[in-house]
Amino acid sequence: MRGSFVVNGSVREWEFPEDMRLLDLLRREGYGEVKCGCREGMCGSCCVLLEEKIVNSCQVLAASATNKQIRTVEALSEGEEPHPLVTAFAEAGAVQCGFCTPGMILAAYCLLRDNPDPSEEEIKRALDGNYCRCTGYVKIFDAVQRGARKMREKEVQE
Amino acid sequence: MKDLRQVGRSVVKTDAQGLALGRAKFTDDLLEGDELYCRILESPHAHAEILSLDASEAEALPGVAAIFHGGNVPRIPYTSAGQGNPEPSPYDMVLFDTRVRFVGDRVAMVVAESEEIAREALSKIRVEYRQLPANFEAERARNPQTPKLHGPEAFMPIEELSYRPEENVASEVLLTIGNPDGAFEESDFVVEHTYSVHYASHAALEPHTAHARLDPQGRLVIHTSTQVPFHARRITAKLLEISPGKVRVIKPRIGGGFGGKQEVLLEPLVGLAAWKTRRPCRLTLSRKEVFTSARTRHPMRVRLKTGFLKDGTIKAMEMENLMTAGAYGPHAMTVLTVSAWKCLPLYNKVEHLRFTGHTVYTNTPVGGAYRGYGATQSHFATNQQLDIVARTCGMDVLELAKSLHIKEGETSPVFEALGEGKGGISQTITSCKLSECIDRGAKALGWYEKRDKKLRQGSWVRGVGMAICMQGTGLPQIDLGSATMKMNEGGSFNLLVGATDLGTGSDTILAQIAAEVLGISTEDIIVTSSDTDVTPFDVGAYASSTTYVSGGAVKRCAEAVREQICHAAGEILGVPREELIFGSGGEIRHPGRGETVTFAQVAQHTLYGGTLRQIGATGSFTGEVSPPPFTAQFADISVDCDTGRIKVHHLVTAIDCGQPINPALAEGQVEGAVLNALGYALYEEYRFDEKGRVTNASFWDYKVPGSEDTPKITTILVDSCEETGPYGAKSVSEVPMNGPAPAIANALYDAAGVRIYHLPLTPEKVLEALKKEKWGTP
Repeated sequence: MRGSFVVNGSVREWEFPEDMRLLDLLRREGYGEVKCGCREGMCGSCCVLLEEKIVNSCQVLAASATNKQIRTVEALSEGEEPHPLVTAFAEAGAVQCGFCTPGMILAAYCLLRDNPDPSEEEIKRALDGNYCRCTGYVKIFDAVQRGARKMREKEVQE
Repeated sequence: MKDLRQVGRSVVKTDAQGLALGRAKFTDDLLEGDELYCRILESPHAHAEILSLDASEAEALPGVAAIFHGGNVPRIPYTSAGQGNPEPSPYDMVLFDTRVRFVGDRVAMVVAESEEIAREALSKIRVEYRQLPANFEAERARNPQTPKLHGPEAFMPIEELSYRPEENVASEVLLTIGNPDGAFEESDFVVEHTYSVHYASHAALEPHTAHARLDPQGRLVIHTSTQVPFHARRITAKLLEISPGKVRVIKPRIGGGFGGKQEVLLEPLVGLAAWKTRRPCRLTLSRKEVFTSARTRHPMRVRLKTGFLKDGTIKAMEMENLMTAGAYGPHAMTVLTVSAWKCLPLYNKVEHLRFTGHTVYTNTPVGGAYRGYGATQSHFATNQQLDIVARTCGMDVLELAKSLHIKEGETSPVFEALGEGKGGISQTITSCKLSECIDRGAKALGWYEKRDKKLRQGSWVRGVGMAICMQGTGLPQIDLGSATMKMNEGGSFNLLVGATDLGTGSDTILAQIAAEVLGISTEDIIVTSSDTDVTPFDVGAYASSTTYVSGGAVKRCAEAVREQICHAAGEILGVPREELIFGSGGEIRHPGRGETVTFAQVAQHTLYGGTLRQIGATGSFTGEVSPPPFTAQFADISVDCDTGRIKVHHLVTAIDCGQPINPALAEGQVEGAVLNALGYALYEEYRFDEKGRVTNASFWDYKVPGSEDTPKITTILVDSCEETGPYGAKSVSEVPMNGPAPAIANALYDAAGVRIYHLPLTPEKVLEALKKEKWGTP
């Protein structure tokens, strides 16, 4: 079948099998930042924003996402400047293998959009759909706090 | 260590931002879209002979390019263990056998134009099996009537190593020091318990994956998620019966390994498919396949007998380890050996010691390297036993631990007695801050405020426990690391390392070591790693070796480059090299004349101007010793006496890893290991049905700790300096895997007075133990 999608702000028109998962379509079309860790809807590596809601793209049929807004971690950064969460994750040492990071950052982004100054408990709850096997999450929690601070400071400046 | 500028700083990992942006490439991100799909036909039976395999219907399907099986692939014995050459693991497998030995064993491989066609073809392969009796119990493996998994065609490539497939014994390790039997008789107390630890999955988020294609010269190029690119090249070439020079293995970014990717699993398969079909081929395991047919932590039963005096002096220890290899024996000898070597020397005051170790074949999933590598298994037992000794003698376990652990300037006869493929190597401990680790960890946890207090809150009761552990740092006189550097115009450097960064940050810390030697910023070191065509040899990322072994190679290499730079500066100034001082910030000074030469000038002089040559060098390093890192790990937990559920409040790790090259990355290694260990201690485990099938091979049913399962984790890097390591470093990432499980078990005893000897500490087991404690054995 054929369908159009708005991916990271650009309208894309693709041919795809009707049972194809959104994850596989995005990866086929070069969105390598959407990772495949389990294909079971458990690990969160394939998270994208679908109409600004975080979803595991392995659990979404591409056919159900036509004419919708899809954003990956790429869309968070404006121009050359990485999103404050991206910088925060790097600085905090929250990136080890980095396979979970794009999905994790999207989960953190969703949290901070609704709650700019979360407690550690709130961070833990928000990230619980995203597994990380490398870091023990300690530096990820720190990175989200750091990112939140950066975003609040940026808000004040603007 | 004084005056360090790059080493000891938490430099941001060189690849962190690219990874966070999702732009850094992993293996599957480098697919070009023209690859054929490989899929594996797995055995549904735990033990069976393949009487016939008919692939004709599958081959006739449009879009099927090839089908490989025991009937058309040469039988070349090998081991999938990515170890030195020859590997100290039995050659007990071939790519496609006519017998299957566990549910999930490889029967055939389909190569097709699409994943769907490949799956359809799998369903059309007709296999006639004759089922054989299967054995799932390690305890029964050596019984004469138990079916044997491997016949006389299986062999150990290193002849001196014990191997008896006719008894299902994949490895035997025996050691006696002193007279343990006599010492037990002289002891005031003799305590003996049997502990067991279980199967677990590495659960690296990126599944095993590889793809291969022929380059325009007809060479085989494999991109793969591996910890051991050079071993993958060698083993793949062997199985394809081509020269290793025909194979290039490239490791892009890798989504976690933890030992699971120290295994050469997919490279020979995609290599075979691409070599035979002359088309690019890809293979990515599903999560289920990762659980069932990749590698696991070896289960182990540890029987530990300790004889000690009333004052806590341990007279004798007898450890008898029975390790489950599963159906094949990768790492069967080495993990077993490590369960002694990287545990028993900690108790070097014990004069009388006996170690009896066996690794046995069973019709169950295959064990492999897994962070901790045997030490995790043994430390679970020794640390509970230490707690028992202290309680029996009415002693403070912290003081007892401090008095009996190995110290600087001391040795253990175990070091010399056991080796991993070669004989052992005698060594003296040159750095050990374990006593300080114990003190600082206890303080961070609030040990004395909580120990023996049994603080209650409703049905919950609180307790604390501790464990002390060691590991090693590389395999002495076996592991080789090497590095090549060249100077670029402008004064930057390329650093080429065979070392394999599997997310640990080794690219970054190796750059820091080179930058430290050259007195420049880490950003001026451009790292390329793990491409067998480009980078010099390195055994790969395992055995806690990268920082020490590969780091040692980088240091030597950078020192040679520094010398060449000084010579070139001497030429520019017209003075002998001896009169020059190598300053920081990329310049060479002549103190007498007050003149300086910059790296940029040296590069200009050697590349365009004066005496033309490329400044560059290659350095190699292999350890003469394997200095252990040490941890003291503490757990603060509560247990719900109504449900048996354990809640972990706080895990503290105080670690002596020598001088951390990058403290933030070192902490990250500890934190990751600690949480992995928490999952192992409490809930991660394989479950099987009566036919030997894994029943929970998914993230839905095999619980991995998530963010909400994460307790407070504290890491203390204790000041230490290992004189044999680069800038005082030794290893960090494995040792913190070992302590959390026994620390939690000891904390459970502290809280509720029940001791559980079998991991994981599930609510069911805890509740049963609590009931027995309260009501007595029914």
